[in-house]
Amino acid sequence: MFTKFYYTLKDFGIPVSFNEWQLLLEALEAGMAGSSLTGFYYLCRAVLVKTEAHYDRFDQAFASFFGDIETPEGLPEKIWEWLDKELPEMEVSEAMRANHQQLDLEELKRMLEERLAEQNEEHHGGNRWIGTGGTSPFGHSGYHPGGIRIGGNTRSLSAVKVAGMRKYQEFRTDETLGVRQFQVALRKLRQFTTRLDGARTELDLEATIDKTCSNAGRLELVWERPRENGIKVLLLMDSGGSMVSYSRLCNQLFTAVNRSNHFKDLKIFYFHNCIYDWLYHDPSCSLTDYTETDYVLKTYDSDYRLIIVGDASMSSYELMRAGGIIEWGLYNDKPGIDWLRRMRQHFEYSVWLNPIPKNYWNWMEGTFTISKIAEIFPMESLTVEGLETAINKLRSRQAVQV
Amino acid sequence: MARKAVDYKGSSDYIVSDELRNSVNIAIALQKPLLIKGEPGTGKTMLAQSIADSLGLKLIIWNIKSTTKAQEGLYVYDTVQRLYDSQFGESDVSDIKKYIKLGKLGEAFLTSDPVVLLIDEIDKADLEFPNDLLWELDQMSFYIPETRETITAANRPIVIITSNAEKELPDAFLRRCIFHYIAFPDPEGMEKIVAVHHPRLEKRLLEQAMETFYMLRSISNLQKRPSTSELIDWLQALVIGGINPNKIKQDLPYLGVLLKKNEDLDIILNQLHGKAQSRVQNAKGSFNRYRY
Repeated sequence: MFTKFYYTLKDFGIPVSFNEWQLLLEALEAGMAGSSLTGFYYLCRAVLVKTEAHYDRFDQAFASFFGDIETPEGLPEKIWEWLDKELPEMEVSEAMRANHQQLDLEELKRMLEERLAEQNEEHHGGNRWIGTGGTSPFGHSGYHPGGIRIGGNTRSLSAVKVAGMRKYQEFRTDETLGVRQFQVALRKLRQFTTRLDGARTELDLEATIDKTCSNAGRLELVWERPRENGIKVLLLMDSGGSMVSYSRLCNQLFTAVNRSNHFKDLKIFYFHNCIYDWLYHDPSCSLTDYTETDYVLKTYDSDYRLIIVGDASMSSYELMRAGGIIEWGLYNDKPGIDWLRRMRQHFEYSVWLNPIPKNYWNWMEGTFTISKIAEIFPMESLTVEGLETAINKLRSRQAVQV
Repeated sequence: MARKAVDYKGSSDYIVSDELRNSVNIAIALQKPLLIKGEPGTGKTMLAQSIADSLGLKLIIWNIKSTTKAQEGLYVYDTVQRLYDSQFGESDVSDIKKYIKLGKLGEAFLTSDPVVLLIDEIDKADLEFPNDLLWELDQMSFYIPETRETITAANRPIVIITSNAEKELPDAFLRRCIFHYIAFPDPEGMEKIVAVHHPRLEKRLLEQAMETFYMLRSISNLQKRPSTSELIDWLQALVIGGINPNKIKQDLPYLGVLLKKNEDLDIILNQLHGKAQSRVQNAKGSFNRYRY
């Protein structure tokens, strides 16, 4: 009966090894659980769970396994406090697709203003009003190609932001196989310094022998500067709605980049669909926490290797038009494509990694914008091979065509 | 179990939660290193001091920096000194032992009484650093090839390792540790902690300060949220400054003690004074603007 708990934990995604399990049994034998369920709970957690990111999973597993056991003292309360707020995915039928022609941005904004004037209650589902789910062009968690998203992203300080922070933690969880492979690929991104700066800490053996010989055998030590990787990396990640489907893949890359400590400098920013005047500091893309793109262009010299990760799929106006930014209430004077060109001109070493598989690029919904952006940045798919090709491109200056 | 039942109960100047005390005792009984994670300022480093105090043991601290190598914790063989000595003939160089200097880990192994060894901020070091210590922490012994000696711990030290989660630690290393995450204390726990540091605090002042503190912490996008140690400093400042408790929430005196980043101060001030205009609008009027 008890061994089953081991498998339950594994089923819930906690990487428990046999050694740890044995250790737990040893501890139980020594009577360390104090013959209470709470004591047992803390003992198991301390011995088996090795990161706070898995505490939640452990609570779930524990509750599901021991949930039926009646206990006078009760389980710790937070076991029951897990959340699962995700909406079920909507199926998008051809009919629904046909129903909604891509609406012009101005038209959309005009319609939204009308709705705002008319609507006076909550709506969820349905195809006209502002609300969640459904196929109306306005609201969130629904389907409308080229609609305006309302909510789910905000510049005020609300719970949504907190949800965004949770997403960030998700970014760091381990996907060992993929991560390892990405890491190996990233290792190739190195360029040794010319030994001009830094402390002389390494013994130069040859020079020491030379000096000592010419010194008639009296020891004279010669030190030199160790060679270090001088590569600096600027990573920009799309955290827009359409990227959710690729979050696992992006997690892997993110973890790998984060673990790579061989870069001289690593800066990470986020953007929503396309790059405009602001680069955000966290995936929730809230306008309270950002750096101006201008500032980035001015401050980071062109030595930085620019890696942009994004699906490059958006409505064409988001890329091509002034004021096309997806966030309602924000306005961009320069179209996104101008910003991308400026980035490309400044950062001569740059690539765009696209999580969408390469053979989909020509017929996906975002084909137009993908091809436009691929004209500016060398684009590779976000796979281990794609990353390797991209890294090769980052090692040398790419001709700038824009 | 080889170790006689030592029971850590917390010490007078350090408030420990039941969960944490449990984890400490489990780690001691199972003779495994205890890995402590948690927000900065939740007393990770203090824990080791408290364990040492309460069990009456000596504390050895090994501070990890980004340049620290695992080898340095074991021993350093000072070849250069030996070479120089051989040149100038000042002392007997045939005794290699003289040039072997034990690191913190070696020191902890060699002392005859059991000690508490704190490996502080292990995540500061290189990615491979924890892996390089696997064997030594498991077996509590290491070999010095230069002198053909094996150093084995007479008494297994109680090893406390802290991490700020700047880097992920390798799985193989994690498997050998007992893990505990120190959650941020709730207001009641916090009151106990404060009472240890400021036993004679005016009740009204404490109330107001705590309310303000948790309010500030609840603002979600601060880069560095104020922590326990900052609260304690802030209370000290409030007492010295003779601030009227009723004004704390309004005026937020000595905010610099709680918030260490300019951006954070901006955010708080913007929020509290209802100045909806953000920095965007102030800084660049011409080409970035809200619609409304």
